[in-house]
This record gives sequence, C-alpha cells and structure tokens, in this order.
Amino acid sequence: MSVLVFAELENGQVKKSSIEAIYYGALVAKATQSTAKVLAIGASNSDTLSQLGNWGASEVLWLQETWDSAQIAAYAHALADAVAQEQSAFVIVAKSVLGDAVAASVAAKHKAALATNVVALPDHAAGVTVKRSIYTGKAFATVKLHTAVKVLSIKKNAVTPEANAGVAEVKHWQPSSNAANTGIKLVATHKASSTVALPEADLVVSAGRGLKGPENWGIVEDLAKALGAATACSKPVSDLNWRPHHEHVGQTGLKVAPNLYIACGISGAIQHLAGVNSSKVIVVINKDPEAPFFKAADYGIVGDVFEVLPRLTKALQ
Amino acid sequence: MKILVCISNVPDTTAKISFSDGDTKFNKSGVQFICGPYDDYALSRAVELKEEHGGTVTVLNVGEADADPVIRKCLAIGADDAIRVDAEPSDSYFVAQQIAHIAQQEKYDLILMGRESLDFNSGVVHGLVGEMLGIPAVSPVMHLTIAGNTASLTREIEGGKQEIEATLPLVLGCQEPIAEWKIPSMRGIVSARTKPLKVVAPTGEALSTVEKYALPPAKGAVKMIPVEQVESLVDLLRNEAKVL
Repeated sequence: MSVLVFAELENGQVKKSSIEAIYYGALVAKATQSTAKVLAIGASNSDTLSQLGNWGASEVLWLQETWDSAQIAAYAHALADAVAQEQSAFVIVAKSVLGDAVAASVAAKHKAALATNVVALPDHAAGVTVKRSIYTGKAFATVKLHTAVKVLSIKKNAVTPEANAGVAEVKHWQPSSNAANTGIKLVATHKASSTVALPEADLVVSAGRGLKGPENWGIVEDLAKALGAATACSKPVSDLNWRPHHEHVGQTGLKVAPNLYIACGISGAIQHLAGVNSSKVIVVINKDPEAPFFKAADYGIVGDVFEVLPRLTKALQ
Repeated sequence: MKILVCISNVPDTTAKISFSDGDTKFNKSGVQFICGPYDDYALSRAVELKEEHGGTVTVLNVGEADADPVIRKCLAIGADDAIRVDAEPSDSYFVAQQIAHIAQQEKYDLILMGRESLDFNSGVVHGLVGEMLGIPAVSPVMHLTIAGNTASLTREIEGGKQEIEATLPLVLGCQEPIAEWKIPSMRGIVSARTKPLKVVAPTGEALSTVEKYALPPAKGAVKMIPVEQVESLVDLLRNEAKVL
C-alpha cells in the first residue's frame, strides 16, 4: 500500500503546485499508515529530488524521459504502471492542464473514482470522502469515493506545506512497458516570458476595462513587479485582445486562488468573481463606489487607478 | 465526417446556487438551465466543420427529460440528430462511460465537448472517454482545423499555448475562441422540432457519490481605505492580512 504523487518538473525543479501535492500525499499516507512515494518524470538531479523528503516523501521514482507535455498518454501510462507496481490506494496530482489529463487517463485505466478541485484532506471516518469545489467556487461538495484506488487532483492551497527535515530515497525507475504511440505531435509551444506563472502565483494584480487601453498596462506591470506578482485580466480585456487569453480570469477563464488578488478597474461581474473567489485576500480599486466587486473585497479603495496604482507601487519600493 | 458533440445541461452563469433536502440536492427552483458555454463552443465549431467538410453532427446529453429544451436548441443551431442517455449525470466516470458506450457503436471521427461542465467543473470527461476508447484526448482546444485525416489544433497551457498535430479519431475539450457562438435561426427552430431525439437507457454505475453540498462561508465586511491614505494599504496587507 502506498500513496503515489505525480510530480511535475520544470527546468529540473519540482513545480510549487507539485510540492503541495507531495505534502498532501504525505498527510494522506500518515492518516492511512502507509508511505508517500513520488513519481517524477523529466530532467532533474538526485539532490533536488531527495529533498522532497522535506515535504514528507519517503521515496522518489525518477523516470528520466524528456517528454513534452502534449504526450499525455506516455505520462499516464507510466503513472498507471507505477500505481500497479506500488499498489497505491491514493494517486495525487496537482491541478494543472497536464495533471488533470493524466489523472483522467489513470482513473480510466484502473477504473478508479476520481475527484478534481479537491480543497481539503480526505475524511476517513466512514469510507473515504473528499471536499471539492464546484459551481466555479460558488459551492462545495463532499464526495464519497467507492473504489479501492482513488485519484485526487488537488486545488492550490488545499494544504499549506510545512517543511520537516527528511531525505527521500531516489530510485531510477522505468515502466514495465512502453506506451503505444498515439500520433500526437507537438508542433510549437508559445509561452509568455513573464517571471511569475499565473496559476501558481501567490500574489496577483489584475486589471479590467478601467485601464482604458492596452497601452496603459505599464502601471499594472509596475505594481506586479514591485510585489513579485503575476498579472491577470478580466474577460472583456482578453476579448478586446488587450491582453492574451491565458491571463483571463473568471468563470470561463482561469480560476485562481492566490493569497492576494488586487483588482484594478474591474467592476466585479458574477462571472469574474467566480474565477477569484478562492483568493485569501481581495483588494478592489475602482473609481465607482457602487462597483459590485467591493461586496466581495476585504479591502477597498474608491479612486482612479491611474493615480492609485503608481502611489501603491512607490509605497512598496 | 461524423462528429459527436457532448453537451451538459447546467445552471446559467448568473444563477444563484442553493441546496435543498438538508443540503443533499441542488435547488433547481427559479434557476434557468442552459447548454454549457464551453459545450456551445464545441457545437458551433462542429456545425462549421460540417458546413466545410460535409458529414453529420450528433448531439449527446447524459441527463433527465428536463434537458430536452436545451437539446432541441442544439438541434436548432445545426446538429442533425440527438441522443439523450436517460440518467442523472452522477459523476465524471459514469458520464464518460455513457459517451464511450455510444461511440463504440457508432464510429465518430471527432468527439467534441466543452473543456469542463459549468456545474461540477471536473474537466476530465474528455480524458476518461479518450482512454476508454483508446484514442487521444486533448484539452482545452482554442483552434481546430481538419485536413483529410489530420487535425491541427491549438490548446491553452499554463502561461501560453501549444500547437499540436493529431490523427483522427480524437476527443477534444473545447473553449473559446474555437468558434463564435451560434444563435438559432427561425428556420432552425422549426426544423429542430422534427429532428430525431433518441432516448436510451444508461449502462454501468458511478464510482463516486455526493454526500453533501455546502456554500462558502459569508465574506466579512470590506474595509474601505480613503484614497488619501492609499499607502496605508501596504501596511495593512503586511501586518493585518499578513499576505506580503
């Protein structure tokens, strides 16, 4: 029996969201008297991976393949194989484009119950239940999982990792067979050069139509830079092509859960709120005191973004 | 080309969410149901592909009879026929099983659906269906063109996008801007009334069940900061909210 965590690597490092998944997996292992193991696929090094012991991993299965993230079938084949070899009762992934796709494939291969957007640790009182976010953060469901293998995709901030000195044993690992070629060919990847990735960001500065035009985004970027935050935008801004689609936060865009979300010149339509309501602290800056966003905010400033943002940036520097 | 479009019947994006029966059931009273917005994009692209390449578009819904008006609307937009699996869509695995079961009987070149449903937001049905059928699933797809047996698509990833080439058959989870939403024409609405809507019995069982629903705790009152004291926000975020 084990808890198996699928860790995503980026530039040789384990992604922050995967650290959360490992810590989550370690707590599940503790509650079920088993051990937390990690499957890491990609380029890295033994030192980096052994440090996952700090987050509760006892063993890291390291598969040194450099598949692009479009090769979902290859990742899923390897993870499903590791689940069988390790007789895992729980499979944990961090929510991401790759994580959810791999979770779905592995669940189908093992006929395992699957819960995504999980926001808390499982309850083992009567069978296994997990709490997950539904209706785009407007509600929660407690879901009972009826199968021997359970696959969980966890949402950002489901747990707050605390390091405890430990060393994980790193094992070079291979699946028992190779995945069939699915004919998926990655032609090109276009990635923004921004320093902070929005889905993983703890701090987010977001702006809406109140900025009046894409040429005015400098004051948003300056504030984000002073904070070390990622930038985001509302749907109208992305629809108008002022900002790229992957920055669009809302019901039909990205759902974020940062510690701090600063909304600048966004009125706060219910569809936008659905994408940000999991944020710990929300600051709203809007010149319209009647903007509905103030009702969902922790701190509010009624004022002109063109005046307020530069002053905030200066105060931070 | 044979296209299957899987749609969900979900509360409108502005619906107020509440629960009944001791928080064990979604309270449908006063809630407007719509075709999932992402599914709408999938359907619109399917209709465009049919216009371009010929073929058929079949709409599939796993749901109870109250989903029929939404299915008829999909027929009015341009689907040729519809299948409703007569069951509550109780979990992702159950829904995927129904789709895979139907796709095994009729070979489709493309199975399109939204990237996720607007109620449970699981975003895994396309992945489950792909695995069950042994064909690739890709999501969330923003652009899709077909030439012969090859699909060229763009999907969104964290912080950017990927261009991918794949061979049909495929399962795709769709999102904007794959197509413009289509509004049913008067002619479409009239013809939709007589297009076939087949109701079939479900197969298999769900692997998970919802025990209870809950609403998030109410948000505390907002603390307003006078615009003259903007700078004090930094101190509040550092020492009161402790997020910096």
